[in-house]
Amino acid sequence: MTSSPAVARVLDVEAIRKQFPILHQQVNGRDLVYFDNAATSQKPLVVIDALIGYYKGYNANIHRGIHTLAEKATKAYEETRHTARTFINARSEQEIIFTRGVTESLNLVASSYGRAFLKTNDEIIISGLEHHSNIVPWQIVCEATGAVLRVIPVLENGALDMEAYKKLLSPRTRVVSVNHASNSLGTINPVKEIIALAHAAGAVAVIDGAQTGAHVVIDVQDLDCDFYCLSSHKMYGPTGTGLLYGKRELLEKMPPYQAGGEMIKDVTFAKTTYNDLPYKFEAGTPNIADVVAYKYAMDFILDLGRENIATHEHALLTYATERVSALKGVRLIGTAPQKVGVLSFGVEGIHHFDIGQMLDSRGIAVRTGHHCTQPLMECFQVEGTVRASFAVYNTKKEIDQLVEGLERIINFMK
Amino acid sequence: MSIEETQDAITEEFSLLDGDREMAVFYLMELGQKLPEMPEADKTEDNVVKGCQSKVWLSGQIQDGKVQFVADSNTAITKGLVSLLVRIFNGQTPDAILNANLTFMNRIGMERFIGTQRSNGFGAMIKQMKLYALAFKTKMQVNS
Repeated sequence: MTSSPAVARVLDVEAIRKQFPILHQQVNGRDLVYFDNAATSQKPLVVIDALIGYYKGYNANIHRGIHTLAEKATKAYEETRHTARTFINARSEQEIIFTRGVTESLNLVASSYGRAFLKTNDEIIISGLEHHSNIVPWQIVCEATGAVLRVIPVLENGALDMEAYKKLLSPRTRVVSVNHASNSLGTINPVKEIIALAHAAGAVAVIDGAQTGAHVVIDVQDLDCDFYCLSSHKMYGPTGTGLLYGKRELLEKMPPYQAGGEMIKDVTFAKTTYNDLPYKFEAGTPNIADVVAYKYAMDFILDLGRENIATHEHALLTYATERVSALKGVRLIGTAPQKVGVLSFGVEGIHHFDIGQMLDSRGIAVRTGHHCTQPLMECFQVEGTVRASFAVYNTKKEIDQLVEGLERIINFMK
Repeated sequence: MSIEETQDAITEEFSLLDGDREMAVFYLMELGQKLPEMPEADKTEDNVVKGCQSKVWLSGQIQDGKVQFVADSNTAITKGLVSLLVRIFNGQTPDAILNANLTFMNRIGMERFIGTQRSNGFGAMIKQMKLYALAFKTKMQVNS
């Protein structure tokens, strides 16, 4: 198991809220209700302070400097890698590659692993729940290599059709890439089983953890995934950074994704040798400040305890599901038994844009549209949904405010 | 009523809402509900205004030298927005529409309560209406 030492306890949400300055403001004359956490979460003071502290105290380029600031910056950057290893229980820090986030992590795997090891008629399996960032990179690889994309269908409740998945697997399957939880519906996928089945078929398994990083315990050794991707900004950390976990033996044999400084050992015009892991995949000056602050976001989550966070968010989801589904004309999209705190819905006869705008006028931030999952929306025969997504700092009172706003617009439109 | 007078009237109506965004949104939706229905046959792909995030259909006719627009949208707020333009431009000559200087959006602070994206879409609607006016003007000149 990961070292998640936090004791099981009921979280003091009011105390947590105090650590998020952005939450304490009025929007359009009312207290802000921030329910767009699946898009990006807000940042606690520890993260903001870490960013400021870096720029005020020890901004320097890392790894090759011998001066004191460069030492300090390098140490802080590598400490984040250390924390990340613990956070996901990787075997070694060499398996942690900093990227710009899940999108870049997936592109790295698709491009580097895909182009090196896929050939005509090899098959890549993704699912109908995927974000465009776990669809398009694979389509590009298919075009380049002649590999073929297969899609696990989605059941009516928003869960994956595991029987169909088993039928899709074959000796031609080379890669299975799915999300741990769906950004549009919240469905938590049975990734451990998905990974085991992929391995049994001889394929590597890639997991998009964008929606689980801040909500679910992640243990890459227990899951036995080959790759796992995280975005810092959805985990209370800064934007513009994230990571790719990869099993060392796979990363070793993969060609570099980008080239430049840092990723090389020796360069001559005749031949270049590449640096060791993880630096082989970290070309150029990385996003040092944000990586440094990312550690504080992970520590923030670990201190609260992911099980405790999940318990709180599950209570919010249960309450919101109950209250919103009781409203006239509401259709919930995605009712799988296992979900992270995402509530997606539509209201009969009212466009989701109108609902979003109306809620915004009451200071409530939700997301409306297709959530970068157009194929999934098509599967539910909707153009888009209204999505409220919860984080550790949200409260039942805020859900009441959401329901009140929805009631106003529903009553007006009928 | 001239274009200027209608703009003044709209500005005054919105000023009664006292900058309350929620009320402005409701008021827009109410105006949209009052917009005369657009015949389904007119809701063609050709009549869709490009550049709007919501779907907006617009078509225009000219009768006795005056322009008449009909419009619709799949979202209530946008329908309210297009209804403001229909109200301002209907019954005006192509020249008046082409020369119109629309100031009411700034005067009521529209961008503040509909956001940048919808404001851009609103610009696309105005452009489309002016294109209609230009086409009618050209047609009238050819015919005369």
